[in-house]
Amino acid sequence: MTTPINYLRSIRLMAIYSALSIGLFSQPSYSDQWQDTLDQAAGDTVYWHAWGGDTRTNDFISWVGEQTDSLYGVKVQQVKLSSTSEAVTQVLAEKAAGENTKGAVDMIWINGPNFLAMKQQNLLHGPFVKNLPNAQYLDLSIGSAATVDFTEAVDGLEVPWRLARFVFIVDSDRVKNSPKSMSQMLTWAQQNPGRLTHPVVSNFMGTTFLKQALIELTPDTSVLQQEASKVSFEKASAPLWEWYDAIKPYLWREGTSFPENEAIQQQMLSDGVVDIAMAFDPGAAAAGIASGLLPPSARVLVPSEGSLGNISFVAIPYNASHTAAAKVVANFLLQPETQAHMQNIDVLGSFSVLDTNKISHQHTMAFSALPTSEALPTLVELGPTLLEPHSSWTELLKQHWSERYSQ
Amino acid sequence: MSDTASNTLLAYITKGRILPVTFSIQWPKWTMLAILVMGILAPVVTGLGETTRAAFGILPVLGKHHFNLTAWQQLFQLPGFTTSLQLTLVSGFLATSTGLILTIFGCAWVYNTSEKSFLFSKLKPFIAPMLVPILAAPHAAIAIGLTFLLAPSGWLTRLFSPWLTTWQLPPNLTTVQDLWGLSLTLGLIIKELPFLWLISLVALKQINLSKQLSIAQSMGYSYANAWYKIIIPQLYPLIRLPVLVVLVYALSTVDMALILGPNTPPTLALATMRWYNDANVAMLLPASAAAIGLAGLMILSVFVWEIAIVIIMAVTKIATRSGARGKHWRLVSTALATALPMSLLLGFLSLVVLLIWSFTWRWSFPDALPTSWSYSYWLKLITHWPLALQHSIILALGSSAIAVIFAVAWLEVQDRFGGYLSRLTLWFIYLPLLVPQIAFLYGLKVGFLRIGLNGGMGAVIWAHLLFVFPYVMLSLIDSWRAIDRRYLQVAASLGTSTWGCFWRIKLTLLLQPLLLAWAIGIAVSIGQYLPTLMIGAGKIETLTTQAVSLASGADRRLVGVYGLLQALVPILAYMLAIYLPRLMALKKL
Repeated sequence: MTTPINYLRSIRLMAIYSALSIGLFSQPSYSDQWQDTLDQAAGDTVYWHAWGGDTRTNDFISWVGEQTDSLYGVKVQQVKLSSTSEAVTQVLAEKAAGENTKGAVDMIWINGPNFLAMKQQNLLHGPFVKNLPNAQYLDLSIGSAATVDFTEAVDGLEVPWRLARFVFIVDSDRVKNSPKSMSQMLTWAQQNPGRLTHPVVSNFMGTTFLKQALIELTPDTSVLQQEASKVSFEKASAPLWEWYDAIKPYLWREGTSFPENEAIQQQMLSDGVVDIAMAFDPGAAAAGIASGLLPPSARVLVPSEGSLGNISFVAIPYNASHTAAAKVVANFLLQPETQAHMQNIDVLGSFSVLDTNKISHQHTMAFSALPTSEALPTLVELGPTLLEPHSSWTELLKQHWSERYSQ
Repeated sequence: MSDTASNTLLAYITKGRILPVTFSIQWPKWTMLAILVMGILAPVVTGLGETTRAAFGILPVLGKHHFNLTAWQQLFQLPGFTTSLQLTLVSGFLATSTGLILTIFGCAWVYNTSEKSFLFSKLKPFIAPMLVPILAAPHAAIAIGLTFLLAPSGWLTRLFSPWLTTWQLPPNLTTVQDLWGLSLTLGLIIKELPFLWLISLVALKQINLSKQLSIAQSMGYSYANAWYKIIIPQLYPLIRLPVLVVLVYALSTVDMALILGPNTPPTLALATMRWYNDANVAMLLPASAAAIGLAGLMILSVFVWEIAIVIIMAVTKIATRSGARGKHWRLVSTALATALPMSLLLGFLSLVVLLIWSFTWRWSFPDALPTSWSYSYWLKLITHWPLALQHSIILALGSSAIAVIFAVAWLEVQDRFGGYLSRLTLWFIYLPLLVPQIAFLYGLKVGFLRIGLNGGMGAVIWAHLLFVFPYVMLSLIDSWRAIDRRYLQVAASLGTSTWGCFWRIKLTLLLQPLLLAWAIGIAVSIGQYLPTLMIGAGKIETLTTQAVSLASGADRRLVGVYGLLQALVPILAYMLAIYLPRLMALKKL
């Protein structure tokens, strides 16, 4: 494994190397525009608003800050949120008060509904993604994964930084014949009453579970990519409710109570309260084992037909105080070395967002040299990525679920 | 003797009743009132105003400019609304009334010096050391500890599994987060009992307790009946406001409901919080309606509570007049004598499990103790703590010092210049505690931003003061009023000036209550989550903001570390408040 110290050294060498190369070689030299951004950014602190419930992510963010500080003189201060919408509310409040230039939020870890809300309310800076030097490593062709966030066009307003894939985590000591699909899940639950649950539906992981079930159970998935109408929703979701009605009595506490989020659900797995948990990160099981939060027998389970996937992004609010510095940090996140460090299971274990065809051979080697873990699935094992439905489906799922089951 | 001094003396003699003082010397009073209005009333009203506008459809930033009732319709149609309402009311009222009964019982217990007292009298010396940590610990920390204690996978089960219960896996039982909100109620009782108890013990010093009790007992009343018929009717008016504060807190708590309450549907306050946090920003409108509705519910609940108390007091009076000496309290006494130490013990054990967790690496079911230990989280903290701890301390010391100084100034000005506004202004002071935080914080944030206060330390101290000041006032006011005015009369007749009386008599006599008020202020400030986050724009990282965001990730080890650290600062303050005056008294001897 690469120790952080070694890595630090190598990245410094890289920096020196690229600094030397400016003027000597044309290739890695920065455009004038980017150099301006770097000059402007130096000495600033980026307030990065990011969900703070995951220690490993927090540690990774502070590592990013150390690196950008030594490379570009840009510090990172993570504002640990308990919900991403807190950052959206902050920007909205600033807009309401007419604070259009000195906002408190410089960068947000964001995706899906929160991104949609900010985009619709014109709360985002950009488009800027293409101006980042490291955007060259991304597949930005129209319709590619990095250009769409929950069916909403990114339009250069946010930078991808980590890959999210919906997976189940099972305790392999207790679950011998893992259910590979939602219909098998029903049979499994009937045989093991009270050993399955999902996070509350107001939480994104709860809705993701419902979406995964919807995609697997609905006869025609293509309608999910369009905005839902009353008719299309009722038709497409009917098999889902039938399935849910059948499985609900076999859920933990007969489906009358649910864990608040996936972290609590994983804690329940660890405590032995349930046998199956969920995560939006293929590395979650391995990471949980490494940090002592999950039993060593925890394994990732991917539905055989594939699972929902999306990309986590960072965006810059329209009124950020340190826009240039935020861009520098966003660009650093796309550095192949950063992505390889992030994918290291001893660090974060999140999959890279870079296009493997666009990075150099040397970088590809760095990725393949990463340590492996029994609990970490390979890309092949992960199978196909299912597309996120249009955001309107999420809203309707939440609403209908509440009407049916929350009284 | 100056005019002012003679006026003051007159005021003392008439025990602070309204006096025909001339307007010319009233400027200190108006100054204090102006500070109060600008400092506390204005922010709350501004915030409530913004929220009310949004509740009625006006939120210009989302392009909504027209008055309508859509948000309210949406609110009432939200699934589970009535269950949420019911849950909120049941847990709020049940927790407050049980807490109050236990408090009164606790006071009676402390003052019962007779040999034949309760079974648990041996526990008495342990009460204070158990009370202080529970009082000092943040609500969320107690809630998390209690959850781990009582859950089917929790410590109590682990202690008896599998050797007694044969459980290799946690049973599929419902203990915490039950659908009726009973575990939430229990958590609230455990946390609020020490606060009410402490306030009551201070308030009881105003009543000539032992004399009244011995007279009553000599007339044939049992100890319990003497309390019921004689002491309680005198005690309740003194602790009325703290009780109402507890009631409102219980009805509007978010952090305890999040951890201990049911969630499909949750309590109204938690539901409101969720709607505020919804990714769909249009939900801000029904969320605002819910917040205003919640504020309305608080007012209504306070009203209902007050009426209930009036009725109970009337019934008591009838019972008193009957002259019955009956001793039918044994069963109740035994029940309470069990409930009270249980409550304290559960609160204390909640903190103990957090301590254990903070040194844990893995702790699998059904092990009675951690499977593997680690001090890495404490170690890691040492490298990362300075900022969050530093901010917490600055905020706590700053806001509590300002609050204590202002409270003393306020009370002294009232003493000197009379207080015919005092009834109304007291409501102003307690306003921030009587409306739910979420109902005005968003609006307040917009208001602060408009006047250019964007996330600075000053703005956050101000926001903390809204909550610290009322608590400081609450804990100080009764002791202040209880000063034996004869000391002041004697001093004045011996030629001591008004200022001399203030410095040398009042402040000296009140050293303990002042320090206690200051310590309560520190505890309140340390525990503030929403005001710190919202007004500080997330830039002011404190122990509490760290702890709450970590709690959303459910790493009990880290929650243990931060929860204990959060409790540690107020514990030190309480210890100082309790032991400093004793040390000083010893020195004087």
